[in-house]
Amino acid sequence: MAVGSTVTWTNRDDVPHNIVSTEQKFKSPVLDTDEQFSHTFDTPGTYPHFCSIHPKMTGQVVVA
Amino acid sequence: MGGLRFVQISDSHIGFDKPANTDVTATLRAAIAKIKAAPEQPSFILHTGDLTHLSKPSEFDTLQQVLAELSLPVFYVPGEHDVLEDDGKSYLQRFGKGTQGAGWYSFDQGGVHFIGLVNVVNLKAGGLGTLGAEQLEWLEKDVKRLTSSTPIVVFAHIPLWSVYPEWGWGTDDSARALSYLKRFGSVSVLNGHIHQVMHKVEGHVSFHTAMSTAFPQPAPGSAPSPGPMKVEADRLKKVLGLARMSFHDVNHPIADHRRPA
Repeated sequence: MAVGSTVTWTNRDDVPHNIVSTEQKFKSPVLDTDEQFSHTFDTPGTYPHFCSIHPKMTGQVVVA
Repeated sequence: MGGLRFVQISDSHIGFDKPANTDVTATLRAAIAKIKAAPEQPSFILHTGDLTHLSKPSEFDTLQQVLAELSLPVFYVPGEHDVLEDDGKSYLQRFGKGTQGAGWYSFDQGGVHFIGLVNVVNLKAGGLGTLGAEQLEWLEKDVKRLTSSTPIVVFAHIPLWSVYPEWGWGTDDSARALSYLKRFGSVSVLNGHIHQVMHKVEGHVSFHTAMSTAFPQPAPGSAPSPGPMKVEADRLKKVLGLARMSFHDVNHPIADHRRPA
């Protein structure tokens, strides 16, 4: 996605999750069901992230 | 016959209010009532974590108030839901007295050595539960002084055996912990986290997981995700419960008997 874009995560699960940058560049609070977290990506790069409560859940945002 | 009797309860998730169980405090109370009603009282309770759903002070308060009705010592280890904020400081303030690191400790009761481990903090992306180097070093030292005939009970939240890594149901460095316990003649490992009963025996080590007092979770791989499983209201109490355990003769151990409540 483009530099300056904002990503919003919504927890649609019955258990809480969070979004934590693997490189510690951003960290959401714990999101209960239907809660949201947004982060704006101002610098190009690849941003791996995971749920620190359920670390098997991983993802990444690519900013170019 | 004497012996040591205790009860394991787990995964109370105080604060959870979704359709799988809209009153988790009531189902915890039901478990407590079962313990009270039993003809032979346990010496103490082990709670293997996820006391709360969101680590909120009010949730910890409720959990402590309900368990206080038992007038029995309760030994805790945290689940990942108990350390959601501030690196588990609020958990440690309440339950960390006399513990090391993130809340691990050991104690002796009736000739059995009990070890409470914490495998829910500092989790790594893509990984499973983690004990970490500091705790493993502590464990190695903790058991060094014990004779190999001492019965050992290890309790921790996430299973210390590989139940289903695809859902995170295992602990990355549990093999090292178990290597320190290899020389002991009787090792029982009690875990929660997966909200269902599973057993496995490997040499002198027997592994057991317990039901939740809050809601069931699907059998490994039987659903797209391990989330709370909604069952019919009249079936809910059958899939919740507690585990009773006893050592009838600690000099001739491996005599543990567990059953759902």
